[in-house]
Order: sequence, then C-alpha cells, then structure tokens
Amino acid sequence: MDKVILDALRSLGQKVTSRIWRLGYASRFFLAMLLHSGTALRRLNLTIREIYFTGVLSLIIILVSGMFVGMVLGLQGYDTLQRYGSTEALGVLVSLSLVRELGPVVAALLFASRAGSAITAEIGMMKATEQLSAMEMMAVDPIARVVAPRFWGGVISMPMLAALFSAMGIFGGYLVGVQLIGVDEGSFWSQMQASVDFREDILNGVIKSFVFGIIVSWVAVFEGYDAEPTAEGVSGATTRTVVTSSLAILAADFILTAFMFTGT
Amino acid sequence: MSQEPLVEIRDLNFTYDSRPVLTGINMTIPKGKVVAVMGSSGCGKTTTLRVIGGQLKPTSGSVRVGGQAVHELDGDGLYALRRRMGMLFQFGALFTDMSVYDNIAFQMREHTDLPESVIRDLVMMKLHAVGLRGAHDLMPAELSGGMARRVALARAVALDPMLILYDEPFAGLDPISLSIIGELIRRLNDVLGASSVVVTHDVQESLKIVDYVYFVSAGKIVAEGTAEEIKRSTVPYVHQFIWGEADGPVPFHYPARPYGDEIMERASLRG
Repeated sequence: MDKVILDALRSLGQKVTSRIWRLGYASRFFLAMLLHSGTALRRLNLTIREIYFTGVLSLIIILVSGMFVGMVLGLQGYDTLQRYGSTEALGVLVSLSLVRELGPVVAALLFASRAGSAITAEIGMMKATEQLSAMEMMAVDPIARVVAPRFWGGVISMPMLAALFSAMGIFGGYLVGVQLIGVDEGSFWSQMQASVDFREDILNGVIKSFVFGIIVSWVAVFEGYDAEPTAEGVSGATTRTVVTSSLAILAADFILTAFMFTGT
Repeated sequence: MSQEPLVEIRDLNFTYDSRPVLTGINMTIPKGKVVAVMGSSGCGKTTTLRVIGGQLKPTSGSVRVGGQAVHELDGDGLYALRRRMGMLFQFGALFTDMSVYDNIAFQMREHTDLPESVIRDLVMMKLHAVGLRGAHDLMPAELSGGMARRVALARAVALDPMLILYDEPFAGLDPISLSIIGELIRRLNDVLGASSVVVTHDVQESLKIVDYVYFVSAGKIVAEGTAEEIKRSTVPYVHQFIWGEADGPVPFHYPARPYGDEIMERASLRG
C-alpha cells in the first residue's frame, strides 16, 4: 500500500517538476528570442512575409466569424433588451461586448487555431527535416532567422485582426438589429458613440489582443522549436499549441479584465 | 597519412544520457583528402560528424579544425568557423519554402554584401557544377531525390568551404544518382582544394572515391586504412561489413533467450 502511494506521489512530483522545467525552458527561449530579434526588426521584409502568412491569410476566417458573432449578438441582445424596453441600446451592447471581450478573445482563439498551429507545424517540420540544423551549420542562427520573424509577425497581426473582427461584428449587429429587426438606426449609432470610451474600452481591448498575440505566437514558436523531430512529435506539438494557447488566452483574459474593468 | 591535418580528433569520448556513444576516437583528416567514416547504423558516425561541426560538445577529448579547438569556441567563434565549412545532410535538408536558386544564394545573402548580379553568377556556377543550372527556378518539392541531393551539395559548397561534411550522402539514391554524387564529392573536393569527411554505410560507392577510411563499431574505431587496405582487412566486423554477410560479429538475431527454452515454456503453459 505504502509503495502504491509513494509511486503515485513520485509520478505526480515528476509531472510537476517536468512542467516547471519546461516553463523555465520556454522562458529562456522567450528571452533568447527577444535578444535575437534584431534581425527580424532590421530586415523588415522577413517579418512582413510572416505578417502576410499569419495575418493576411487569417483574414477570411476572422472576418466571417466576426460577422456571424456580431449577428448573433444582435439577435440575442435584441431579445434581452426588448424585455426592458431598451432596444435602442443594442448598439452599445454589441459594440462593448465586441471591443472589450469577444473581439480580442475570439479573434485570438481563431488565430491560435489558424495561424498558431501553422507556425508550430512549419517550424516542427523544419526541425524534423534538419532544415534548422542546416541553417545552424551555415552559421545562421535559426532563432534569429526563422523563429523571431514568425513571433513578431504574429504579435503585430493579432491586434489588427482583433480590430477587424470587432468592426465586422458591429457591422453584423447593425445588419441584424437595424436592417432586419428594425431598431432605430440613429439611436443604434449615437448611443454607441456616446457610450464607447476610447481609452477605457478600445485601448484596453487593443492591449488585450496585443497580450494574446504575444501568448499565441510565443507558444506556437516554442512548441515548434521544441517538437520531437518525428511525424507524431510535430502533430503532438501542433495540438499542444492550440490547447495551451487557448487556455492561456482565457486565463490571461480573466486577469486582464479584473485589472481593466473594475466598474468604477 | 603524413600530410598537414585539417581536422584532428584526439581521445574523443561522447556520452548521451550516461550511455557511451563514442569512446577513445582518434582521427586525422589531412588537407585535400576525402576521408570516409563507415559503420552500421547507430554506431556513432553521425555523432562524430556533429562533434566536428560543433553541434555537439565532446564529453572529453579534443576536436581541432584548422587549428581551432571547436569545443572551446563561443557562439560567435563557432559561427565564424562554420562559415568555412559546408555540410550535406542525409536527405538534403533544403529549405522547402525557397526555390533551388534561393537555397544556394541563402548563405551568400546572409554572410556577404555581394550585389545580386554577382550572387546570380555564383549561384549559376555552383548549379552548373552539379549539372542543374536548368533547374534553378524549381522548388525543392519538384525535385527527385537525386536532384535534391545535388542541389544540397551545391549549397554546401556555396561559399567555397575548406571542409565539407557529408552525412550519408548516398542514402536512398538510385544507382545513377549514386555514382553522380560519388563523383561530385571527389571532384568538388579536388577543385576547391577542400577536405571532406564522408559518413556512410555505402561501401562500394565510397571505397571508389575516398583516400582513407575509418571503421567505427559501437562507438570505437575498429579499423582504418586506405580503400585497398580496408578491402583486404581481416578484422571480422570489417570483413562482414564490406562483403555484406548476413551473419558474423554483427549477429543476425536480436538478443533473445534460447529458442528451445521459449518453446518449452509455452508448451508447459498450455499444460
């Protein structure tokens, strides 16, 4: 009996220490990436290429999802607001929900599945096919040449995608609320203008999406770089990117919201 | 082998997870020569290559390339040394998101300020040397295995290195590509005045082109000599390897209990 408990404790301890060790490794990797970011920022074409692959190619999924989320908000918001006779506040409800929460969070979750997984798979395959080793042997640091541009490409793309998501969402809410259901157009827009504060709402939303961009891009490049160089290793790393970054986004969202929106 | 050495390995030991991979390796690669490191899979050949390239640090012993102790160099020193080395990876390791042309131009663009017109001439020259000038705008996915290996070879010699490392250059090639690659290894080495280390288990092809052979088994050098000396070797392992015999010092069977015991045990279990 003692042995069973000891074994269970030992395996639990091993799991915890290996997780902590990996977190430490990921942090050192993050620092190394920042230190080697000179090339990515100096040779801007490397980063712009990654902005195209992670940002521009994610546009379709972000815009379409934003539109649908906004349309659903329009329907649900109208249904709730009409019980209190305040349907003209629909614009405020749609815009604040999107700008503060749904824009940054849903866009980041979509970004993690669309672009984060692609980054991990690409770097993982480069490792598995010895392309990263080859680069090292050519005296070119793969962290500077491959990893850092992808990281910065993701960090720069994320706030722009979140903004576009929110804009499309508001448009979707307008289509459903004003054009379909018939909420007054004037009050839809004017109440929105009056209630949405640039610093409190929009800027805080942008800060959130910037933080989420760092989280997704960091997890994606780290998992790719650390992937076991086999087909299973790369597929496992890709899955871990989506799972870890999604959970981290939601946890970080709670913490950021607690600091930003205290109701004062 | 009395010529001036370019690579000198002395008493090299390398352990991985407390498992010895290389034990007491001594090797000399003279300038201008092509030297093969042979042995079966997992004997430590590739590890030797990676120690020479500075990708792995020896547990003990010394590795000197061009007079510099590779294992004592810092990051910058190692990168400076690697600019004078070229390496051909087992399956080419071409950058799949770049064309053949960009793959070969990669190092020139990263390490020099040469104008694009000069880079173009140099790339075409390298591609011409491996017979693939006409394939410069293809992507790696469009190349056959043999062509990809030739492109990787052109990339390895892009900056006219003093030392070229080959990791299984013959693996998975058809007979025509095999002899083309063999011939190119020899020719490029001689034309560039470089030295080459070829890690391989392809006996027939490599013995045709190399000046000297080291035979590695279980992390130790078991035989060395010129191609002729190796062919005449009486070391049982070398003999089995060279002539491709199914059984010998390297057993056909994976270690197991005596077959008789196993059958008897099963019979008794069945009652």
